[in-house]
Amino acid sequence: MEHDVALTVKGLKTYFYNNNRCNRAIDGVSFEIRQGKTLCIVGESGCGKSVTAASIMQLLPTLSRIEEGEITYHGPDGPVRIDALDRGGAQMRSIRGKEIAMIFQDPMTALNPVYSIGFQIKEMLMYHTGLGRRERHDKAIDLLASMGIPLPERRVNEYPHLYSGGMRQRAMIAIAMSCNPRILIADEPTTALDVTIQAQIFELMDTLKRENGTAIMLITHDMGVVAELADDVAVMYMGNIVEAGPVGTVMRNPVHPYTRALLDSIPVLGRGKDQEIKAIPGQTPDPYDRPKGCQFADRCRHRIDKCDQMPPETQVSDDHRVMCWRYEEFASDGR
Amino acid sequence: MAADPILSLRNVEVHFPVRTGVLKRVTAHVRAVDGVDLDVYRGEVLGLVGESGCGKTTLGKAILQLVRATQGTVTYSGEDGETELTTQDDAGLFAFRKRLQIVFQDPHSSLNPAFTIFGSLEDPLRHYGVKTRAERRKIVGDLLEAVNMRREAMDRYPHEFSGGQRQRIGIARALSIDPELIVCDEAVSALDVSIQAQVLQLLMDLKREKNLTYVFITHDLSVTEYLCDRIAVMYLGKVVELCDAEELYSNTLHPYTQALLSAIPVADLDRKSQRIVLQGDVPSPINPPSGCPFHPRCRFAQDICRTDVPRLRAYKAGSGVHMAACHLIDQPLAD
Amino acid sequence: MVDAPITRPRTRRDGQFDRLRDRETSMQGKAKRRGRFLGKFLSNRLALVGFVIFTIICLMSLFAPLIAQHNPMSPNLRAIAQPPSVEHWFGTDKTGRDIFARVLYGGRVSILVGLGSALLSALIGVIIGVYSGYVGGWLDWIAMRVSEIFMSFPQIILVLLLVAILGQSLLNLIVIFTLTGWGGIYRMARARMLSIREEEYVQALRSFGLGPARIAYKHMLPNALGPIMVNITLSTAAFILQEAGLSFLGLGVPLSIPTWGNILNAAQDLRVLEQNWWIWLPVGATISLFVLSVNFIGDGLRDATDPSQQG
Repeated sequence: MEHDVALTVKGLKTYFYNNNRCNRAIDGVSFEIRQGKTLCIVGESGCGKSVTAASIMQLLPTLSRIEEGEITYHGPDGPVRIDALDRGGAQMRSIRGKEIAMIFQDPMTALNPVYSIGFQIKEMLMYHTGLGRRERHDKAIDLLASMGIPLPERRVNEYPHLYSGGMRQRAMIAIAMSCNPRILIADEPTTALDVTIQAQIFELMDTLKRENGTAIMLITHDMGVVAELADDVAVMYMGNIVEAGPVGTVMRNPVHPYTRALLDSIPVLGRGKDQEIKAIPGQTPDPYDRPKGCQFADRCRHRIDKCDQMPPETQVSDDHRVMCWRYEEFASDGR
Repeated sequence: MAADPILSLRNVEVHFPVRTGVLKRVTAHVRAVDGVDLDVYRGEVLGLVGESGCGKTTLGKAILQLVRATQGTVTYSGEDGETELTTQDDAGLFAFRKRLQIVFQDPHSSLNPAFTIFGSLEDPLRHYGVKTRAERRKIVGDLLEAVNMRREAMDRYPHEFSGGQRQRIGIARALSIDPELIVCDEAVSALDVSIQAQVLQLLMDLKREKNLTYVFITHDLSVTEYLCDRIAVMYLGKVVELCDAEELYSNTLHPYTQALLSAIPVADLDRKSQRIVLQGDVPSPINPPSGCPFHPRCRFAQDICRTDVPRLRAYKAGSGVHMAACHLIDQPLAD
Repeated sequence: MVDAPITRPRTRRDGQFDRLRDRETSMQGKAKRRGRFLGKFLSNRLALVGFVIFTIICLMSLFAPLIAQHNPMSPNLRAIAQPPSVEHWFGTDKTGRDIFARVLYGGRVSILVGLGSALLSALIGVIIGVYSGYVGGWLDWIAMRVSEIFMSFPQIILVLLLVAILGQSLLNLIVIFTLTGWGGIYRMARARMLSIREEEYVQALRSFGLGPARIAYKHMLPNALGPIMVNITLSTAAFILQEAGLSFLGLGVPLSIPTWGNILNAAQDLRVLEQNWWIWLPVGATISLFVLSVNFIGDGLRDATDPSQQG
């Protein structure tokens, strides 16, 4: 293996128990995040991509639990089974933030408005490193500078409301990166930002990956973002990874009907007015009333009787896997 | 199709006063829309694109007189001649409300949660003279069928519907009084990708059927490319570029539009282009920069850009005129 | 790799989760359909208890003539200050009036004052708040200032003043409570309107050219009703306590009419307080019970109308 694996997730199932119902939010998900690579998890709202991130961070709400499966963090001191740790225990807290950091979708609410940006960075450093007061201050300025925030010496003492949306997201990343985590989980980090600001954040994340070897797990709904940033991609639908592999393989030769439909349903810049857009019929099923077998079957043009059973995860090639009964036909149709 | 304007905007300005201090004195103005000249032609789809805070939504509301322009005129031309909407009072606007409608961005706040769909949709009908309940029920049913929903949906509450369905109900509501022009304010931005395509196709089908005119407000340039005939790019309350959609993508003139186009993540691995990453953020519309509003972020900015405000000037283009507001376009852009 | 199965210690929740999961898999999801509002309210036990107590007290007061064996107004000099007995369930007071009958009849007045003032002040507050909150401008400014004047004045002094001017009567008390009480509900209704005003469906209605009164009262008000209903229950409780307090001070309803406050009035005498506990304890308990039940209902209503609270 040319890259070190930073995190392995194997057969993960996380269920939610709200309103006296059970929602199988993730139903058997496996993937690994490699050091210095970006794994994009792509899917629509409700597909379980954010729950996956929350499971890894053990930040699930109270009325939910990891049913089965393994989450293994391959840290410098050997593997750690995250799913077996106590949610609020000391060991989990020391992994959170220090080894695995996370940034959120909305930079407007992810920062505490009553503390200065510098304080919020230094707080992280205080908990997870042995740096002194002076060193922490200098490190905070360094971090802001490396995130491309102008005048970091002054900005470090400013409060979040003086920062624009893009700068807040940078500050969030600065906080996340303050302890040099080996894994950065980004949950739709640019959805709330403008495209020109999004480009700035992407540039920054690319740099982090290259220079620090950080493993990045990027959650997004935008196939464009996947094409721009991903090394590997996992397509999720209703709690399953329906197709996964290197970005080139999945985007050029998708074999799952959902991946194909997703790629066909978005207008792509540069293809002009005459491009054909095929809408996916229907809508995502009610999570409390799921189809029995393949979750996509009801909306799939290639449905057969067998789709009433859940298809197994099948390797198409060494690094490309899919959950579909008919993938072989699609693999050979030369699309 | 050309040269038959349904709406003409001349030097439209919308300034919101900023009040500060104990006495609530007006200390500054937010220049949300700052002098826009624009014609909307009958039967076309005009795209209004730009980043958040560029004034595109305010302009859309100013067209419908939901926000009153502080200066300038909005003129509606119909069979009964030209009418200046900006000088009409509420009673005078009544006749024109019927012809101009709006579809909103957020499918969650665009329907009243306390009423059934019928309850929400019947009031405007009653207002426009549909007297009997049976008649209103028939019209609402027909409308729902026109947007590919079932008649029975009218007796259900908004929370029972998904985002895509709600957006279609929002479109049905806009259609209910047979408008000629619909302002679509980020109508698909909040929807999942697989649902976006359904709504886009619905909008196009309805346009063909009912000969509608759309003003399509969005931040997504890949959607406008697919949908629009002409596109106006806005920056800080001003239109900086205006031309046919194809022309905009093939022959981009304004440096801002160039950066905007290059920043969009493209879901096509073979079309990956070099990102132009703009530095900094969009300046505050309370205190816009002197001269060209874009100059602090522009790669090509020269002295003249800092002092003189560029006017929107016409350039020759393949099929019509190409308007752009930049001092440097006549001169070769250094790169 | 760690191969040995690692399990977290099971918690109390795990068993509950297991049951839910098994039920879900066995019947493949059958949603129990019940009104979300009603379901949430009923599943709140305290609110249900409150509702039952509230209903019992209201009904007993309403049907007081059928339940009470004695006339609450007629003194019986042969039975002065008697402790509870089979004849007089709650005993008699210093003029020999049956306290049980007085509590029942007193409930009629007290609940009328409490509920009536709460509803009236809600009516005024909502009518003004909804419209001025939506329309804004000078109307809003004036309404806001007026309510501020009423609210910044110490309420008890205002009440004393008005009683001095208008005199003691049931109607005057309701008028006074309404005048002093509408401000709170007005402000709440206005605040709700200010946030609902920005919702897109309101914009849509405006784009159809509907009039402001129609938009405000027909389309926006239903969405503000939840907190308003809660506020009505809370101010009912507050008004009943205030009536009791004012009557206790001799400023409320004329002493001849039995109200909960007037019954309590007897406890001003230290000897009564020490020796005749049955004169003040039952009515005191009734007031507390009633106010508590109304507050429980209010809490239940708030939880049931708040969509962010999961049941």
